[in-house]
Amino acid sequence: MPYEFLQILWFILIAVLWIGFYFLEGFDFGVGMLLPFLGKKDVERRSIINTIGATWDGNEVWLLTAGGATFAAFPHWYATMFSGFYLALFLLLIGLILRGISLEYRSKDSNPKWRNTFDWMIAVGSFLPSLLLGTAFANLAQGVPINENMMFTGNLFTLLNPYGLLGGLATTAVFLLHGANFLGLKLEGELRQRTNALAKKLWIAASVLFSAFAVYSYISIYLKREIIDPGIAPLAAVVFLLLSGYFINKKMEGWAFIMSSLHIVLAQVSFYLMTFPNVMISSTNPEWTLTIYNASSTQYTLTVMSIVALIFVPIVLVYQGWTYYMFAKRVGTDKKTLVY
Amino acid sequence: MDAVALSRLQFALTTIYHWLFVPLTLGLGWFVAFMQTRYYQTKDETWHKMSKFWGKLFLINFAIGVVTGIVQEFQFGMNWSEYSRYVGDIFGAPLAIEALLAFFMESTFLGIWIFGEGKVPEKVHLAAIWLAAIGSNLSALFILLANGFMQFPGPEGYVWKYAADGSRVELINFFALVGNPKGWILFWHTISDGLAMAAFFILAVSAYHLLRKQYVEVYKRSFKIAAVVGLVASVLIFLGGHTMGQYMKEVQPMKLAALEAIWETEQPAAFSLLTIGDMSGKKEVWSIHIPYAMSFLACNNFTCEVQGVNDLQEEAVAKYGPGDYIPLMVVTYWTFRIMMAFGFVMMAIAAFLVFKINKDDFVDAKWMKYIPAMLILPYLANASGWILTEMGRQPWIVYGLLKVEDAISPNLTLVDLWISLIGYTVVYGSLAVAMVYLMKKYAIAGPDAAMQDSVDVAPALVGKGD
Ligand code: HDD
Ligand code: HEM
Ligand code: HEM
Repeated sequence: MPYEFLQILWFILIAVLWIGFYFLEGFDFGVGMLLPFLGKKDVERRSIINTIGATWDGNEVWLLTAGGATFAAFPHWYATMFSGFYLALFLLLIGLILRGISLEYRSKDSNPKWRNTFDWMIAVGSFLPSLLLGTAFANLAQGVPINENMMFTGNLFTLLNPYGLLGGLATTAVFLLHGANFLGLKLEGELRQRTNALAKKLWIAASVLFSAFAVYSYISIYLKREIIDPGIAPLAAVVFLLLSGYFINKKMEGWAFIMSSLHIVLAQVSFYLMTFPNVMISSTNPEWTLTIYNASSTQYTLTVMSIVALIFVPIVLVYQGWTYYMFAKRVGTDKKTLVY
Repeated sequence: MDAVALSRLQFALTTIYHWLFVPLTLGLGWFVAFMQTRYYQTKDETWHKMSKFWGKLFLINFAIGVVTGIVQEFQFGMNWSEYSRYVGDIFGAPLAIEALLAFFMESTFLGIWIFGEGKVPEKVHLAAIWLAAIGSNLSALFILLANGFMQFPGPEGYVWKYAADGSRVELINFFALVGNPKGWILFWHTISDGLAMAAFFILAVSAYHLLRKQYVEVYKRSFKIAAVVGLVASVLIFLGGHTMGQYMKEVQPMKLAALEAIWETEQPAAFSLLTIGDMSGKKEVWSIHIPYAMSFLACNNFTCEVQGVNDLQEEAVAKYGPGDYIPLMVVTYWTFRIMMAFGFVMMAIAAFLVFKINKDDFVDAKWMKYIPAMLILPYLANASGWILTEMGRQPWIVYGLLKVEDAISPNLTLVDLWISLIGYTVVYGSLAVAMVYLMKKYAIAGPDAAMQDSVDVAPALVGKGD
């Protein structure tokens, strides 16, 4: 296969991994952040955790695979981004550690203090990655200081600019909404009613923040830089987000969730359309931008990896999809049916 | 400390920590899968209790492996960006395959196993634990193949070649990469290490209950199985380790000389039982030797030549230019001795136990009270083994290709590094506290607690009554 084709293929594959991660962990993070607010009683919290309990670890592997695939296919991208965003990633990792351990440990002791502490750690551990991922992606879209040696020359505060922070907040709000929509699909009874009421409020926050972010992106990036026209993708993302609110009001949970999913997918697609074929845009000098051409592995490695991906990605998709199918039932608050 | 030292310290601490929990996962998974299979076949309640009890401990341990593993996946880029650029074309592949092949498998099926009991067909539930166990061992295989490349990249033209501009090395033969004998020997030694660790874990916890004469049926059976597996595994560890030593003579002679503190080339070479070096750890002051033994260990014959560090240093300077190519010998020497001594002790204990468990009254034996403490052996041997492996390849990060000092991320400040080092230490420390607390609680509570699906629930956390 031609070299350029492989480079584009791997850009797309990595994009797909990130999109999958945003879609799946988007609702996991949302559920995590909502946990202490939505669950008033212990058993309610447990049923909320049960909605993602069997699948969160598998969803997180999308991130690990995105990281591994970036390393294998675009080593310079992996090296520049991960070393450049050092402290942000460090905080993200701490968040993921707190969340993961808490999901597994919170019910293994009956002391209310133990449980409450871990529940809050789940919330914080879901909030940190949401905020940081949003901030990081906004900065990637905007460009970051990179020198002629592909080295990031900023620090944590370089990333915390208004545009980046707005991206972080918008992502967090969208994940919260996505999580609430997911819970609407999975919960029962009074808890389900409460989720619906909360989803309405979250929808307002998400719509406002994301629309502001979209406008800001348009002004600060699209008008300034020559990029691939993302076409209707960003617009469609906004429309799906707005539609989600319509379905929440109609109490059509399935559609509300589909809309927030489509929103997340299209928002991510817009990002990749706006950056392609760049992977790390240098705000110092456009010549020093990392692209899929100067950051990639060799043709040989890309070919090998393509064959591996071709065989195993479908298998993974089948068994992960099957897991969701198996655990499709709603989760009640009857202690006997809950897993601890 | 400078940036290199801080990055090394952080990598060492986080990896050793991760690796403290992983072997138990690797080994215990097989035990639980086996017990559950026996329950499935016989419907004997004892097997059920066993699989539930050890399964619970397995999960408490597993959780830590997962959350610390995420850090590992990211650290290469975060702290070792020049390393990632230099070998990413080669090293990235096994890492990505590990995630795609192994991590998805183990996490998905473990989720089904935890949440699916009574909800999915019994056969599916059983298959789930087997697939999770296979997945975690596959993950070990790929990470060790990656590590095997760093230990023994081989000569140019075999796995890799230099890029046209010399800026990095490039993969030319994927099958040579995943067929690297070094990686497979590491895998052999490590998988047996996992089984031995799980066996000693089961022995220790079972002995605790047997001493108190509680749940005798469950723990007697567990104890017997673990004794047998422990013996087989520790023999396999020894054979794997012996193979490793021989292979090392060919691919990393400096490491071999350093772990034995052989200064001058010897023929035949003696095995050193004890050596006291000077403060630099690089000169011998006093020692005891077993003649011929080292030649035998290194090449299965009593008279072969084993090169000493002084000759090897000269060779290395001639080949790679000036520099210090001798690893920190106090460390390699003593970690090797700890590992090996503990390995032999474990083999002896397991053999003793296998001999004793035939008599039905072994439960009351006097030696039983010493068994719980033996759990420390595999943990120390395991950590020592890795410290030996990794420090023995100094100053190289990829043997003969890239030095550690050239591999770090140049943009990181000391402040960055201190923040992350302290952060990880605090978080990992707290994890250990929570983990040990839970592990102890469930290990002591016995199978009845593990059989319950829901643990006592405190009525209300927030708001009013339940
Ligand atoms: C329970 C743990 C355990 C035990 C009892 C032993 N080992 Fe080991 N050893 C390990 C656990 C380990 C390890 C931590 O798992 C290492 C690090 C890398 C590896 O694959 O295994 C290791 C590495 C390691 C190495 C270094 C390989 C290298 O640097 O490339 C050698 C030469 C040996 N072992 C040899 C032995 C011998 C001769 C033993 C005698 C019984 C022995 N080991 C027992
Ligand atoms: C899981 C078991 C492992 C343990 C316990 C372990 C242990 C260590 C230790 C103790 C060091 C510090 C060496 C020194 O300070 O000189 C180190 C360094 C390092 N190891 Fe490992 N290691 C393990 C596996 C791996 C694997 C699988 C890889 C790669 C695939 C790896 C890559 C590295 C790197 C990049 C460094 C930093 C460079 C250095 O200081 O030598 N390690 N490791
Ligand atoms: C330094 C290199 C290493 C990296 C990058 C790494 C990466 C990871 C990651 C990302 C996870 C979490 C997977 C999940 O979310 O389910 C994990 C867990 C695991 N790793 Fe590591 N790891 C390293 C060292 C090792 C070594 C040397 C082995 C085995 C020989 C190993 C075996 C495992 C196993 C069996 C698990 C799953 C079981 C558990 O979590 O306890 N890892 N590792």
